[in-house]
Amino acid sequence: MPLHITANRPDPELLDLPWGLPLEEWPDEFLAALPRGISRHVVRFVRVAGRVLAVKEIKHSIAVSEHNMLRNLERLDLPCVEAYGVVSGRTAADGTELDACLLTEHLEFSLPYRALFSQHLRHDTAARLIDALAVLLVRLHLAGFWWGDVSLSNTLFRRDAGAFAAYLVDAETGELHASLTPGQREHDLDIAGVNIAGELMDLEAGGALPEGTDPVAISGRIVERYAELWDELTGETSLTMGERWRIDERIRRLNELGFDVDEFTMTTDVDGTTIQIQPKIVDAGHHSRRLLRLTGLDVEENQARRLLNDLDSYRAATDRMQDNEEQVAHDWVARIYEPVMARIPAQLRHKLEAAEIFHEILEHRWYMSERFGHDIPIMDAVDDYLYWVLPNKPDEQSVVGVDTVEMPVVAWDD
Amino acid sequence: MATVKFDNATRIYPGNDVPSVDKLNIDIEDGEFLVLVGPSGCGKSTSLRMLAGLEEVNGGKIWIGDRDVTNLSPKDRDVAMVFQNYALYPHMSVADNMGFALKIAGTDKAEIRKRVEEAAKILDLEQYLERKPKALSGGQRQRVAMGRAIVRSPQVFLMDEPLSNLDAKLRVQTRTQIASLQRRLGVTTVYVTHDQVEAMTMGDRVAVLKDGLLQQCDTPRRMYDHPNNVFVAGFIGSPAMNLLNVPVTEGGARFGSGLLPISREDLSRAGNEITVGVRPEDVDITSEGDGLPLTVEVVEELGADAYVYGTPASDKAKDPTAPVEKPFVVRTDGRRPPMKGETIYVKPKEGHLHVFNMETGERIGD
Ligand SMILES: Nc1ncnc2c1ncn2[C@@H]1O[C@H](COP(=O)(O)OP(=O)(O)OP(=O)(O)O)[C@@H](O)[C@H]1O
Ligand SMILES: Nc1ncnc2c1ncn2[C@@H]1O[C@H](COP(=O)(O)OP(=O)(O)OP(=O)(O)O)[C@@H](O)[C@H]1O
Ligand SMILES: [Mg+2]
Ligand SMILES: [Mg+2]
Repeated sequence: MPLHITANRPDPELLDLPWGLPLEEWPDEFLAALPRGISRHVVRFVRVAGRVLAVKEIKHSIAVSEHNMLRNLERLDLPCVEAYGVVSGRTAADGTELDACLLTEHLEFSLPYRALFSQHLRHDTAARLIDALAVLLVRLHLAGFWWGDVSLSNTLFRRDAGAFAAYLVDAETGELHASLTPGQREHDLDIAGVNIAGELMDLEAGGALPEGTDPVAISGRIVERYAELWDELTGETSLTMGERWRIDERIRRLNELGFDVDEFTMTTDVDGTTIQIQPKIVDAGHHSRRLLRLTGLDVEENQARRLLNDLDSYRAATDRMQDNEEQVAHDWVARIYEPVMARIPAQLRHKLEAAEIFHEILEHRWYMSERFGHDIPIMDAVDDYLYWVLPNKPDEQSVVGVDTVEMPVVAWDD
Repeated sequence: MATVKFDNATRIYPGNDVPSVDKLNIDIEDGEFLVLVGPSGCGKSTSLRMLAGLEEVNGGKIWIGDRDVTNLSPKDRDVAMVFQNYALYPHMSVADNMGFALKIAGTDKAEIRKRVEEAAKILDLEQYLERKPKALSGGQRQRVAMGRAIVRSPQVFLMDEPLSNLDAKLRVQTRTQIASLQRRLGVTTVYVTHDQVEAMTMGDRVAVLKDGLLQQCDTPRRMYDHPNNVFVAGFIGSPAMNLLNVPVTEGGARFGSGLLPISREDLSRAGNEITVGVRPEDVDITSEGDGLPLTVEVVEELGADAYVYGTPASDKAKDPTAPVEKPFVVRTDGRRPPMKGETIYVKPKEGHLHVFNMETGERIGD
């Protein structure tokens, strides 16, 4: 069978890759040494025409269905890696057939959990990762996606204003339904609990888990955080006719959590004195959508919240509360955001994503003002930060060389 | 350990008007290996998931042992879905890889050790318990992954197409492993597959589903020798049973030039035509003019045996526009197979004829 590439816009450079070799044997010159999570399949990163692709060697039918699943999740606007294509019909020089490859776009500035734990860590990193994963799982479940293999390895993390945003990376076992039953959601949580505990125990055994972190306690947190968030997003509120303001309150609380409500269902009881309301359609990304609309900046949810806060203080400080919001936002980008970004030397830009640097500068300014007891102009904070902080950070656009493992589980040889 | 009972279990998905599983009744014995099999969309996975608690039950009940679990959550049912994507952890020993899930459940150390050792014995992994998974072969790693499910000692194992990711050769290997492991453990197991060969080689009993309805639940032998209806007859066995609609005459059914004797009592339960079925290995090649004439289209030689694929010659002669029926398959001696293009005459071996009502598809007689 001839080599076959299915992709929306396949790059001709793809053909230069050594498809006739098992992925495990690809020479270094083709590879990008980025960190990976634990996996059973062989996964490698390659540079093709200025972008980095993840290549996973896997049975053709599974590659195709995982590819289609990722496309569906993308269409539903869920955070996951972007499917690029499927390569099939690979044959080795001696004529043996090789498995197909699933190609996905490498998620820039993303960190597998093992890479995070190999860095200098805050003691609560594990907990913050779980919180991000809980948000991801709730979003997937709201959309009717049953994951079937929830784990830290199957999730990628991006920094998000000091917290993390989680992305799905492995959709192999996933199923998309119109909606999920409580049993299906619980099953995913069960799987998550066991996998996360296993992954943390593995870090512990490898000496990479910070002192005093209890794998079992941390893994239990997924269930708690998930339940809290799920209830807040889907729970029914009961109110009497005179309490309509509580609908607004509910919406505000959901916005606070980063969600928008597009629709409520409302039912009244027989005599019409009380109303039950329940959010029907909930969209994540309240702040990032608002920031995108105002400024064109496309960033993570907490980063957006942070930038919007700065925008609001800019508005107050420049005494423009009456002005059109879009206009003020435009000026804030031109006078604050862009000049700050322009100040960052090119060689430091691989350290962190732009929005995360901006967030850190705002933090840095806050600490500086506290230390000096007065306000610090933003540019002073920038210079201080660029001198003392940023150069000492690891390069996160492409973190190199932490231990990653493939553990094929197949009945080859006995 | 426990029995499992589907008691009129019914699932109607929201938005569908027909049930995806319709009043399913199966009694599974303690320690039994039951396989659910059927074509895509027949409701196998749905049935399994109702048992696991992953799918709501809209009618009927599900029992595990003497507990009605219909409304229990998955983790209160004491069942384990096996063979999902189990990861192995590189820095943990084989023993820890097998036992860590018990730690989460709060089981004490001595008990964990005991169960891990028991499982290791069954899995032939005793001497590897202190190793890291990297130092194991692929097959040993797979057994470690199975060990993760075994140490939990659930009442029931559930498996949904666990081998679908493997290529053909590995699938055959692994299915023998699973079946023999299950027999050693003696844990009640419900296994889903669309592959009838897998079902027939693995199960103590096989339940065939179609369109959400149970067609038959029997041992592989019984299923093969005594299919309850035309669907099961055609679904089980490879190559499939030959099924023909033939006219009923006095004392039997017409089969080419011959007559298949059928008891008067059985004939009284059929119309003017009946469906007769005969497996390829139950067909005799007879002498010229005796039985059903076949034009040989393909001969597949397999050493000791050969499969002969032919079309009933008379059909085409009678009506050249008649739709081409499925070829009639005959297993015969591999040393003296007929030639392509030849006309042969066949009839069923005595006592190996299956008779079905043509309208209902139900089996007639024994
Ligand atoms: N598009 C991507 N961007 C960044 N990292 C990626 C991407 N695709 C895969 N990875 C990395 O490779 C690792 C393995 O990928 P994946 O989980 O898809 O493999 P797998 O063999 O299917 O895993 P499993 O054993 O869980 O089934 C992931 O943990 C992740 O770290
Ligand atoms: N979540 C759902 N919502 C609506 N209909 C569903 C849902 N899941 C399954 N069905 C329908 O129920 C029927 C049985 O599905 P099920 O998945 O149980 O079949 P199966 O026998 O396991 O098939 P396969 O071999 O393809 O896995 C099918 O017609 C399917 O389309
Ligand atoms: Mg994975
Ligand atoms: Mg996978």
